[in-house]
Order: sequence, then C-alpha cells, then structure tokens
Amino acid sequence: MTKPKVGFYWCASCGGCEEAVVDLHEAILDVVAAVDIVFWPCAMDFKRTDVEAMADGELAVCFINGAVRTSEQFEMVELLRRKAGVVIAFGACAQSGGIPGLANFTSKAAILANVYEDTRTTVNPHKTYPQATVQVPEGTLTLPVLDETVRALGQAIPVDYYLPGCPPPAKLIADAVGAILAGTLPAPGSVLAPNVGVCHECTRKETKPEKMLVTQFKRPHQVLIDPAQCLLAQGLVCLGPDTRSGCGAACPAGNMPCTGCLGALDQVRDFGAKALSGLASVLDAGEDAAIDAGLAGVPDPAGTFYRYSLPASELFAKLPE
Amino acid sequence: MSDTPAFEPRIVAFFCNWCTYTAADLAGTARLTYAPNVRVVRIMCSGRLDPQFVVTALRQGADGVLIGGCHPGDCHYQEGNYKMLRRFHLLKRMLKQFGIDDQRVRLEWISASEGDKVQRVINEMVAQVRDLGPLALVGKPTPHPDASEKHAAA
Ligand code: SF4
Ligand code: SF4
Repeated sequence: MTKPKVGFYWCASCGGCEEAVVDLHEAILDVVAAVDIVFWPCAMDFKRTDVEAMADGELAVCFINGAVRTSEQFEMVELLRRKAGVVIAFGACAQSGGIPGLANFTSKAAILANVYEDTRTTVNPHKTYPQATVQVPEGTLTLPVLDETVRALGQAIPVDYYLPGCPPPAKLIADAVGAILAGTLPAPGSVLAPNVGVCHECTRKETKPEKMLVTQFKRPHQVLIDPAQCLLAQGLVCLGPDTRSGCGAACPAGNMPCTGCLGALDQVRDFGAKALSGLASVLDAGEDAAIDAGLAGVPDPAGTFYRYSLPASELFAKLPE
Repeated sequence: MSDTPAFEPRIVAFFCNWCTYTAADLAGTARLTYAPNVRVVRIMCSGRLDPQFVVTALRQGADGVLIGGCHPGDCHYQEGNYKMLRRFHLLKRMLKQFGIDDQRVRLEWISASEGDKVQRVINEMVAQVRDLGPLALVGKPTPHPDASEKHAAA
C-alpha cells in the first residue's frame, strides 16, 4: 500500500506550531513511518515548484498553521487547497486569527509607518517602503504585499477540520493523525477536540464554587496564587469556563489562568463577547463605582477576550480612525 | 436640495419582558409617538442579554443597540439586571477599544409604567446616532463555506 502524502505549511505564525509537531517526540517516528511527508518547508528543503508539480488532490492531508496576512500566503494556501484532499487549520492562528490577528486592532499603514519610519532605531531619510515590484538593472524584483487585515485560514480558503490550541497539544495532534490513518475523522467542519470547557479537565475544579462570586479581579502578578483553589474564585481572569478543553488544563495546573487559546465551544458564535459575559457576570458588585473598581483588574478587555480570535470575531477589526 | 437621502439609523432594542417591553406596549396604547428607527426584540430579562447579541446586531447592520431592563431592585428574577449592568460596563470599555462610539450602545432602566421614558430614550438615541452617522465596521471576509458544506453540495 502506498503511504498517504502529507504536507505542512506555515503562514503568519510564530513557529510554535511547527515546534508542536516536533514535540510529539518519539511518536513522530510512527507518523513518519505511516505517512509520506512531501512538503514541510520549515523542517526540510521543499520548494513551491514541488507543490505546483503535484496533481490536484495528490496530498491526502495538508496541515496549515498561521493566519493569512500577505499575498504570498494567500497564493500558497489556495495552491495547497487545490492539491490537498483534506485541509486542517492547525493552531489558533489558522483557526481564528490567533496572536497575529491582534494586528486588526491597528492598520496596515500604521504598522508600516512604525516599522519603516517611527521606531527610534530606524533611519530612513528617503522614506523607502517595500514595494510589490522594483526595477533593477538585472530585471524586475517582486515582494509579497501585506493585506489590509489579517484573516483566519477559513476566511481565505475552505477548511475541512480545525485543530485548536496555541499550539495544539501533542495529544490532540496524535489523536488527529490517528483518526486520519484509521479513517475515523468526524464530520467535515469539526473541531478536533472535545466540546467541553477547560474546567472539565482542571485539577482545581472540585474547588470551583457552585455560585461563583468575585469582588475584585486581579492580575497574576498582584497576588500570591493558592496552588489548589480555583483561579477564577481567587479573582484571577481564568477563561477556562468558556474555552474548549483538550489541553488537560495545563495552564491552571501550572498556576497560570487559562487565556483561551483553544477557542470557542461549538455553540458559541463570538468567543470574546461570550467570555466577557461570563467574567462580568460573576462579579459581586451592584453599584457603578464598585463594578468599575472590581473590573479594574481587566485593563484591556479587547486584548483579553479576543487574544486568539479577533479576525474570527463579529467585529473583526477596529474601526478605521 | 441634495439627492442623497438623509441617513436614517437602524437601532436594535432588546427589551425585557417584565418592564421595558411592557412600557413600550404602554407607550403604544397611550399613542405616544416615537422615532420608527427601532426594531424591538423581546427578551425575558435584561440578564438574558448576551453581549454576543450586541456585536452580532452591529455586524448585521445595526447602527446602535438599546438595552432596556427593570430598575435595580425590581428585576423579576432578582438580579438579572445587575448581571447586565456588570457586563455593560465591561462591554462599553471593550467597544471603545474597537473605536465604537459610546452613544451607540445604551442601557436604560425603564419600568412598566414609564411609557413616556421609552418615547424619550428612543427619540434621544435616534437623534444621537443620526448625528454620528452609519456605523462603518471593517468588512469581515465571508467565511468560506466549510468543506462540510462543500461536500454536502457535491
Ligand atoms: S497558534 Fe500559537 S503556537 Fe501556533 S503559530 Fe500561532 S501563536 Fe504560534
Ligand atoms: S481554575 Fe480556571 S479552568 Fe480551573 S476550574 Fe477554575 S475557572 Fe475552571
């Protein structure tokens, strides 16, 4: 039997998702034994022409991490979509925009001005900016163009499955690979992780009070965290109740409140608005002043609740100035 | 005279069943006229107002969202309106970070007998949002149909 061909690609990403594949440790050897990796530019020497030479649908599965922000990334994901039978959005950036998606709180013009003019270490007297094409004696040089906004992968091409997390936990990756090889993938469009909240897996869940009441939200550096008690009950901004599990609640186990990287549950439309709702609801304050004081521990609500999902959110981006 | 029709804002109003919706009914039976720009959605309690409703309304074409609930202490379910108030504080702060003007999302306590307050609040808000102009959100790329739909169609 010929082994299924698999590709990995990255777009606007940090490299952490590539690292997560290697974090399978020895298990990666089983993966390599079972599939044929025919495209993985981060780890091995492949070129775009290798992909172009493939027949449409020749790749059984392509894992794509990162958000889509440049013309080159869009060309590549369209190309890979044609070549792959199944496309899996790998990681928070591909699933919902992730950390690079926070760039939708600013504009392309502001980003370029900051990088090419305003930073203190930049000297750019002729205001030289990158151009899509430039003529040199040897011919025409081209560069990819930055899009106005950051898109999640599913906003650029049709996606078959989502593997959530920042980066996806090794267990979810191994389970997904197992399901691919066994032919037991769920219905297309599914998120390849359980549809229950992080609290479900949390070692602290027994201490989560029936009726949660918090008088003051606090930031982790402001308190000595009790290592056994529910973090939310201690007033820390833990998004565990709103976030999909699959990580084994690793962050709360390490005294770190959940920041929501595995994203929304199936029944939620807008992660940030939902998480905001849950958090504000447990505040034990009735007067305006007490409410504001209690919520002072959430100084950046937009960044807190849309940390991994701004492009997938209803509002998508900040209004132009 | 200019050819472009004057901007007429669209306001989505979420009114709680027990107070503000009843007040809107009262305004109707009392024949109090108010600006026709408001689409009222009845919810059982202002505490049922999920902030997802607000961002979804704004995305789907509302220029403003008005939320009406019972006065503090009067909630039919004891504390739903307090829950709403807390969410509202945080939501307002977050919407500001998106560059959305404060006047576009408003919370008012209106009891069942305050038909006149329904009239005043709606007229005030419509005038304010008319002055602000249309809410010009950045266009959201339409999600590509999931492969599930692609397969289903095939
Ligand atoms: S999902 Fe997280 S780990 Fe993966 S590329 Fe994005 S920021 Fe990095
Ligand atoms: S610490 Fe966080 S994840 Fe754990 S039970 Fe409490 S709220 Fe849930």
